[in-house]
Amino acid sequence: MTLDFSTLLPYSGVIIEGLVTTLWLTVVTTFAGIALAIVVAYVRDLESGIMSRLLGGYVEVVRNTPFIVQLFFLFFGLPALGIPISAPVAALVAMVLNLGAYTAEILRAGIDSTARGQHEAARALGLSRLQSYRHVVLVPAFSRVYPSLISQCIIVMLGSAVVSQISVFDLTYAANFIQSRNFRGFEVYLVVTLIYLLLAVGMRRSFELVGRRLFAFRQGGSA
Amino acid sequence: MALVSVKDLHKSFGDLEVLKGIDLEIESGEVVAVIGRSGSGKSTFLRCLNQLEQHDWGTIHLADQRLDGTAMSPGELSQNVGIVFQSFNLFPHKTVVENVMLAPLVVKQTPRAEARKIAEEVLDKVGMLEKIDAYPAQLSGGQQQRVAIARALAMDPKVLLCDEVTSALDPELVGEVLLVLESLAKEGMTLILVTHEMKFARDVSHRVVFMHQGRIHESGDPQTLFTQPKTPELAQFIASVL
Repeated sequence: MTLDFSTLLPYSGVIIEGLVTTLWLTVVTTFAGIALAIVVAYVRDLESGIMSRLLGGYVEVVRNTPFIVQLFFLFFGLPALGIPISAPVAALVAMVLNLGAYTAEILRAGIDSTARGQHEAARALGLSRLQSYRHVVLVPAFSRVYPSLISQCIIVMLGSAVVSQISVFDLTYAANFIQSRNFRGFEVYLVVTLIYLLLAVGMRRSFELVGRRLFAFRQGGSA
Repeated sequence: MALVSVKDLHKSFGDLEVLKGIDLEIESGEVVAVIGRSGSGKSTFLRCLNQLEQHDWGTIHLADQRLDGTAMSPGELSQNVGIVFQSFNLFPHKTVVENVMLAPLVVKQTPRAEARKIAEEVLDKVGMLEKIDAYPAQLSGGQQQRVAIARALAMDPKVLLCDEVTSALDPELVGEVLLVLESLAKEGMTLILVTHEMKFARDVSHRVVFMHQGRIHESGDPQTLFTQPKTPELAQFIASVL
């Protein structure tokens, strides 16, 4: 068998289109998912009552069902209930809900390991529970669980390949599309695999760069 | 009238009664050292004064205002009673000046420029102005504790509580923190200190309160108390720590 990558050239636009979709899905999901996790972790950890339990239910459902089923439920299930939803929106919502649930649990581990003295200092200074969460608890909690957070975001980026199943034109969809036309499966999937690998490595690098700035306080260097 | 007035304060943890009725009046500008063995209730008493612990019975008044229960919001309370902890409890992700500015900004809604000015003033007072942009991890224990004092002072409290503020420090760093407290005392700050520094209690405080088994066992001016203890418990305690 001979490898012939030139057969991909006519489809470079398709690959780029798929890459762009995967990229924006990932970027929006990362920000929205983490934002969601910040809210969910706060309510679950520091409030009690019905909201806390509802969000607990949400986290458990997401963490104990397959992502593709969640995606199908949103895409096929919601229209059946009379709520129309487009494929890209269903993909985005599924990804945000997924990352939000997992990240909330990761973040809670960081919040729970906050020293009691930090809470007491915040309270003695008159900060409310929400103010204390926002100004005192959150950043050190993130710094403690940051490696897990990075991995989770990468997992969701890689898992986004599944959205091709509801015909969202992402990188995997592009690969399937090309393969079904030029029958050069090996070349196509090799290229796409490399792109995913680069995306994952790039994401990790970017996260680490941001982390070094955000969590500069952990290094004891000169001030 | 007394600045702080504590009446019949009781506090239990489960079946263990830690405070068995504390009565204490403290005048404005007074420096009161609370001494006693571990488990005598002195830290719990101190923590009741800013409601980090809620007592079960009794009242605490500040000036003529009731302080305990739901009488004061945490925000109001923090502007009346400040506390410095044994373990500093600085916020690790905030620089020195951010640590000091946080409560004025967030709780008091002080404008940023003004909060910065206040922070610089109190940091100057504790001799930490030069380290204004350092993170706590970059400071020695003594320096961290001085920042913690500045952070409490930034809320302009009427009373400053100090909970064994030198106990976590290396011996050579104790002096710089005590020096700051001494200068605060001279300025007329009302201080209530739980302390194991007997020399400091003797030299700086106006009154020493000896707690024993959840009660104020003996109190008086430091000279008399340390040289002529009335009760055998205090005599024994003094002998064991000096």
